[in-house]
Amino acid sequence: MSTLQDHNETGALLNESAGRLFASVLDREIREAQLGEWPEARWRQVEDAGFALALVREEAGGFGVDPAEAVGLLRIAGSHAAPVPLAETMLANRLLTEAGFEAAPGPATIAPVTGTAAFSLARQGAGWRVRGSASGVPWARHAKVIAALADHDGKPWMIRLDRRRADIAPNASLAGLPSDVVKLDAELSDDDVRPAPSRWTCESLTAAGAALRVAEMAGALERVLEMTVTYANERVQFGKPIGKQQAVQQLLAVLAGQVAACGGAAAIAGAAFDALDILPIAAAKVRAGEAVSIAAPIAHQVHGAIGFTEEHRLHFFTRRLWTWRDEFGPERHWSAILGRRAIAAGADGLWPFVTSFGAAQEAR
Amino acid sequence: MTYFTFPNAPLLPEAEKLRGEVRAFLAEELRSVPAHVRAASWSGFDADFSRRMGERGWIGMTWPKQYGGHERSSLERYVVLEEMLAAGAPVAAHWIADRQSGPLLLRFGTEEQRRSVLPKIAAGELYCCIGMSEPDSGSDLAAVRTRAEPVDGGFRVNGTKLWTTYGHRAQYMLLFCRTSGGPGDRHKGTSQLLVDLTLPGITIRPIADLSGAKHFNEVVFEDVLVPASALIGEEGNGWHQVTSELAYERSGPERFLSSFVLFAELIRVLQRYPSEHATVAVGRLIAHFVVLRQLSRGVAWLLQNGANPALEAAIVKDLGALVEQEMPDVVRSLVEIEPDAEHTQELMRTLHYIVLAAPSFSLRGGTREILRGIIARGLGLR
Repeated sequence: MSTLQDHNETGALLNESAGRLFASVLDREIREAQLGEWPEARWRQVEDAGFALALVREEAGGFGVDPAEAVGLLRIAGSHAAPVPLAETMLANRLLTEAGFEAAPGPATIAPVTGTAAFSLARQGAGWRVRGSASGVPWARHAKVIAALADHDGKPWMIRLDRRRADIAPNASLAGLPSDVVKLDAELSDDDVRPAPSRWTCESLTAAGAALRVAEMAGALERVLEMTVTYANERVQFGKPIGKQQAVQQLLAVLAGQVAACGGAAAIAGAAFDALDILPIAAAKVRAGEAVSIAAPIAHQVHGAIGFTEEHRLHFFTRRLWTWRDEFGPERHWSAILGRRAIAAGADGLWPFVTSFGAAQEAR
Repeated sequence: MTYFTFPNAPLLPEAEKLRGEVRAFLAEELRSVPAHVRAASWSGFDADFSRRMGERGWIGMTWPKQYGGHERSSLERYVVLEEMLAAGAPVAAHWIADRQSGPLLLRFGTEEQRRSVLPKIAAGELYCCIGMSEPDSGSDLAAVRTRAEPVDGGFRVNGTKLWTTYGHRAQYMLLFCRTSGGPGDRHKGTSQLLVDLTLPGITIRPIADLSGAKHFNEVVFEDVLVPASALIGEEGNGWHQVTSELAYERSGPERFLSSFVLFAELIRVLQRYPSEHATVAVGRLIAHFVVLRQLSRGVAWLLQNGANPALEAAIVKDLGALVEQEMPDVVRSLVEIEPDAEHTQELMRTLHYIVLAAPSFSLRGGTREILRGIIARGLGLR
């Protein structure tokens, strides 16, 4: 049993090596990934560093990293637009190992991602048959394993699916990254099918993915702020840097506020991940999405025409942000869940409802 | 590159225990106070309420016991503040003294000032007002004209302070003024004085706000003789002191909870027929409050650890004022009603109050533009 201090130290080491590894990502790699190439060399480094297992519990073969710190890895990856399925693999491995499967021997992803059941599972002879279709599955075509939830007798079951068993229709997200349709009509043996641990449902899987996306969004927004401030300090018009203009300063202050809000959201989501506390994650995803909708246009406005070009790297981040705010539930999805609970709490229960968000974190 | 830090404030069991006590107290105190009155929140003045707060040890909570304080953590204090605001408790009498005047005196005041003033503030019996704004000095605080001329035994003060909230009810003003040089010297030559408002030569005139309510004032000083013992800190150090006072002023949860009573009344009405559209809008506001609380508690934690979170506080206040000011329009978009001060339904009356109060949310404690200027400076742009 490792101590809390060990957890924190492992987390700090992991964060340090992630900073180094992802800082070396080249623009060329990011562009190649967006053209559909698999970044084998970079993925090899990510696996060798152990990041793929960062969310796996110690008793299931992980290194016992504090889950909030492990989620922090994704903030770093997001701040470098790392073109690898790290969030997806981390989550898939957590899911697989909680259900008693081995972690995936390579890149992995999860399905479905929209909060509603997409696959159905039925007994067939001594084994199983799984059928269905899920869209928007990130990185599916490059995954070795898809950790999928399928419905059987009204309950979620977990499937460890060899990607070659699926029919993959490639599609791309706004960021140009794989966001594929996974169609299944396959026989499975008992070895690949288990009842899902009780807390894993299509909704909680989507929440878990949302928590990871919020971390990536916070990292990407921090980078967008840094790039935009740097540009405003360097770009000279009317004889002085545009950042000296009050109109531009006010815009950048608004941008900074949204980056701070998204950072706060990431802290909330990171703390809520381990217990799959859905409401804090919902709040975090809603606020992070709104931050993107305000911040990205400001970054583009300040960058002017050059920031609208393919050549400039701003879109590595803004296109990812526009993708991530929608993946694993857009603002409307999570707002409705929060709103229903708030209205049910009633006028006199509204404030206790708001403060219960912090209290849940304390209990852990 | 990190421009700002919002730490995760820990959740203390003693703070959550305290929350229960505060809620029980407020349920009793506010039992018969309607929402449109509670909507005034930290503009609501009730001397008896403040005294009862003092009796419970909820004013001056973090101050040393020798000055009447209770040596509790800033997070426990935060719990009391946010519970008061969310419920709409009438905290105005002691609010400014507890938030900024007391901490300023603790940090810069003389031993005599601390001993004579702080225990009474903590008891909820002594109120302070802010002496910063003037007719020609609003956002540009360094343009201060009020002059305290050093004379035998003290200072002779002449000048006018403006927008002085509850100046007509406070016993003391923390006066920011010029003790040497002229307006051209800007930050140099400024000082702060602890002024007894009963001194001869002080005239306090109320100014009605756009709703007709009278909570702020014009305070005129005509040859007012203030004793030398009133000087806070060092003569000429006023700018440094007043900016740290502003950091206390901007850091609290009152910067995003001013419309919370209206939000609760909205829920009361929506509960009958919650449309999908309304549900989504409510959920979005919940997300805002949850994240603002996370950031604001982070600022409280920075203060607890002796940091100077001026930039972080400006960010929270800027984000918070947007939500506070948006609230009446969210209500109007979800429920077809008109603000009505005489209506039988509390939502109408509360909306009436908040629509008329909302312009002040991005003015008081530093205008939105000044705060964004502070943020821009934090980004290295100025």
